[in-house]
Amino acid sequence: MSSAPFGTRPAGPAVIARTAPLFTGNDWDFDTIRRIHDACEAIAGPELGLSWYPNQIEIITAEQMLDAYASIGMPLFYKHWSFGKHFAQHEAGYRRGLMGLAYEIVINSDPCISYIMEENTATMQTLVIAHAAFGHNHFFKNNYLFRQWTDAEGILDYLEFAKTFISRCEERYGHNAVESVLDAAHALMNQGVHRYPRKKRPDLSSEQRRERERQEHQERMYNDLWRTLPAKTQTGKPDPQAERRRALLELPQENILYFLEKAAPRLQPWQREILRIVRHVAQYFYPQRQTKVMNEGCATYNHYRIMTRLSETGQINEAAYLEFLQSHTNVIRQPTYDDRHYGGHNPYAIGFAMMTDIARICTEPTEEDRAWFPDIAGSGDAMGVLRDVWANYRDESFIAQFLSPKLMRQLRLFHVTDDPDKPELRVEAIHDERGYRRLRRAFARQYDVAWLDPDIEVVDVDLEGDRKLILHHKVLNRVLLNKDDAMRVLQHLADLWGYDVLMKEVDTATGAVLKEHTASARPTFF
Amino acid sequence: MHIIDRRLNPGGKSLANRQRFLRRVRDVAQRAVREAAREKDIKNLGKDGNVTVPVDGVREPKFSRNPSTGVQDHILPGNKTYIEGDLIERPPGGSGGGGGSGEAGDGGQDSEDSFRFVLTREEFLELFLEDLELPDLAKRRLAVVETEALRRAGYTVTGSPANLALGRTLRNSLSRRIALKRPKAAEMEALEEEIRALEESQPDAVILDELKAELERLRTRSQRIPYVDPIDLRYRRFEPYPRPVAQAVMFCLMDVSGSMTEHMKDLAKRFYILLHIFLTRRYKHVEIVFIRHTDHAKEVDEETFFGSRETGGTLVSSALVEMKRIIAERYSPEDWNIYAAQASDGDNVSSDGATSQELLRSSILPACQYFAYLEVGDEGGPRAGFVEHRTTLWRTYEPVSKTNSVLAMRKVNHRRDIYPVFRELFARKAGQEAASP
Repeated sequence: MSSAPFGTRPAGPAVIARTAPLFTGNDWDFDTIRRIHDACEAIAGPELGLSWYPNQIEIITAEQMLDAYASIGMPLFYKHWSFGKHFAQHEAGYRRGLMGLAYEIVINSDPCISYIMEENTATMQTLVIAHAAFGHNHFFKNNYLFRQWTDAEGILDYLEFAKTFISRCEERYGHNAVESVLDAAHALMNQGVHRYPRKKRPDLSSEQRRERERQEHQERMYNDLWRTLPAKTQTGKPDPQAERRRALLELPQENILYFLEKAAPRLQPWQREILRIVRHVAQYFYPQRQTKVMNEGCATYNHYRIMTRLSETGQINEAAYLEFLQSHTNVIRQPTYDDRHYGGHNPYAIGFAMMTDIARICTEPTEEDRAWFPDIAGSGDAMGVLRDVWANYRDESFIAQFLSPKLMRQLRLFHVTDDPDKPELRVEAIHDERGYRRLRRAFARQYDVAWLDPDIEVVDVDLEGDRKLILHHKVLNRVLLNKDDAMRVLQHLADLWGYDVLMKEVDTATGAVLKEHTASARPTFF
Repeated sequence: MHIIDRRLNPGGKSLANRQRFLRRVRDVAQRAVREAAREKDIKNLGKDGNVTVPVDGVREPKFSRNPSTGVQDHILPGNKTYIEGDLIERPPGGSGGGGGSGEAGDGGQDSEDSFRFVLTREEFLELFLEDLELPDLAKRRLAVVETEALRRAGYTVTGSPANLALGRTLRNSLSRRIALKRPKAAEMEALEEEIRALEESQPDAVILDELKAELERLRTRSQRIPYVDPIDLRYRRFEPYPRPVAQAVMFCLMDVSGSMTEHMKDLAKRFYILLHIFLTRRYKHVEIVFIRHTDHAKEVDEETFFGSRETGGTLVSSALVEMKRIIAERYSPEDWNIYAAQASDGDNVSSDGATSQELLRSSILPACQYFAYLEVGDEGGPRAGFVEHRTTLWRTYEPVSKTNSVLAMRKVNHRRDIYPVFRELFARKAGQEAASP
């Protein structure tokens, strides 16, 4: 595998003889696309060592791209007004020229579907194919989160099922009934994912066996003497009844949608199925939320490598390469915090910078790099390291592990804290010797979905009383929930649950209840 | 690798989502459309309109952290001057921003503005005319009145030369010629050439005779099998089919005598525009006839209609006579759905009353689908639906409207009354009480 940095390319088997350009000018046709794909493949495979799902490239119009946007990029999706709202927003932005359209949408499926727009020039198509059909595709196929949580083979079939199921429900129970379930489910979507892979549920026969074994064990251990011990008073001990109830309901449960699907007392089977669908969709997108920087970084780094190689071997001419560079530099631009265009961190910029930086550490390490990254510094095999990174990290762990001091200096990162009790903001750390580790830790945390999403759990149900559902929000750093939205979501939750809901915001440090919200079910579904 | 061209797939996949969204914000959209109908420039009415949707109605709430509580961390790029421990003055506008940036941290979704949603023309009109309906459509057997039209319907073996389907005929001829083995011209020429060549060199009598016989055989064959036979002929066939009449004519009658102010004309114009939008929705062709009158009536173009102001007496019957004449000349009630709207301040020469009434009763109303009389008043005047004194014309029309539901009467003083009155006039099943002012 070739491992030299860009530009200096040693002679070797990976070097492709200069050939005729794949295309000249802006126009393309299907044959061009095929040649482009094959040329990219010849680099991505043998040279970069990527592996991918089979590619399916679909050519669509700008209007269809807007359509695809509106349904979170999926080729088929159930119908809901919120997608119409997003469509209207995108369309308005697009028409007023506030927003460009993405050049591509790529879907984590097997085969991996990349949409490319007919308006793109041949160069852009090359870029998009290198970016999506190889970069993203490789990431989808190899990253552990996607491997663990998503079923690339099944997703399109599942969405087909979801779409049909929901439209049947609409026919049968009316648009409004379905819409209110979907509204409620969407509100809880972020609380509808399993964050950790769970133990496989035991099936009935093994349950039986376990029960018998427990029985035998107890019989063996039985000693009549124990009976004579005085009974302990129950104070301070957890109520076994309540413990058992909670265990049966699998409480505490952070996947609220899952809990409702299984335990909400008044939902119809079809309503449960809709919750399930929304939950599956949320789960499918959960890895994407955790890997924005890495995913875009992987795609951007690989398209850069492929395009550069195509240019070196004369497969794209200089005009095309310049066009590519212009669009590439636009994509990886990171405005500074005081720039008018600053809108947070650009995942393309951070991702690409980090990937390039890792490659540099592997091949041309400095003393500092050797100290910070003893495992990879000077290893020489940049692609090998990168492939390993792409497979085994998510944004948070990736940044915590691989953001180098050099890059922090280059980006001139600094850390500001905003404590409402203090009159001023405070600069906690900057890109210097004292600050690197703290800065990196704080930065990584900004990409930790588990840290960003409020930590909310269903903790108990008053089964013998009024069936009130009790939730806790574990408050970190005294950051409470947005009240208005929280009330709205709780209302949805109460509607699904069918009875009252109480949410306590509990400080993790002190255990004090900082705030309480309640909601009562409306007769929406029943 | 597969390449699939999806461009031919129908777009508008999110149309259904758009419709659901529209249904969701229907009330907002409906209000915006009514607002537009009242306030907007008339010419732009019916073009697509913006609807500003307040966030509240279409909010998608999520549990999120409130960035203005607790300690927030911001990691920012592009440090130039700060070192660790520096204190930065809180940027104006409160929390959520580090160092003057718009960085809202996570979950700061509460700044989502209400946004504008553009209605297409169709959607706009759909909402605009939502519960309007032309009264008594059935009476005119709209669904039954039809004309004949022709459409292509394959081929036939008979027909006029003008309809000869040349391609089809020649195709038949060719297959017949092949089937019957008609010799080609080129074949015969080649044979002749061969014979000539043989004759010039040393003629072998036997072969020459054979060849000549062969040529003769081919000649007779080609004569016996014609190039085009009547049996090949095909004609394009046309089939008549019934086509529903979808046309309407709208008569705009207006008194332009000195007493009609610009304001009154504006009211009238708004009413006509509404009527026109309404009719174009229902019919393929809508024609408009403008008739203005003082003591004599005249058909004019739109500009003159609304622009001119004349003096002289007022004779309403003259306009009705003119309308009757035009109907007789150009718009047979058999083929046309006729609508009329008359705007007037209600003045009329009292001697004209009986004539007008009679004209209306005997000729105009029987031809009309609907005749709306709109009495326009001064801006300061009483609101719609309340008439303090009855004008000459009102008193003329009132008895007719009592007995004939085709005639409806309303009084309008203010621009904002136009749309409600229009809606009332054309609302579903408004027929019975249409006469009461």
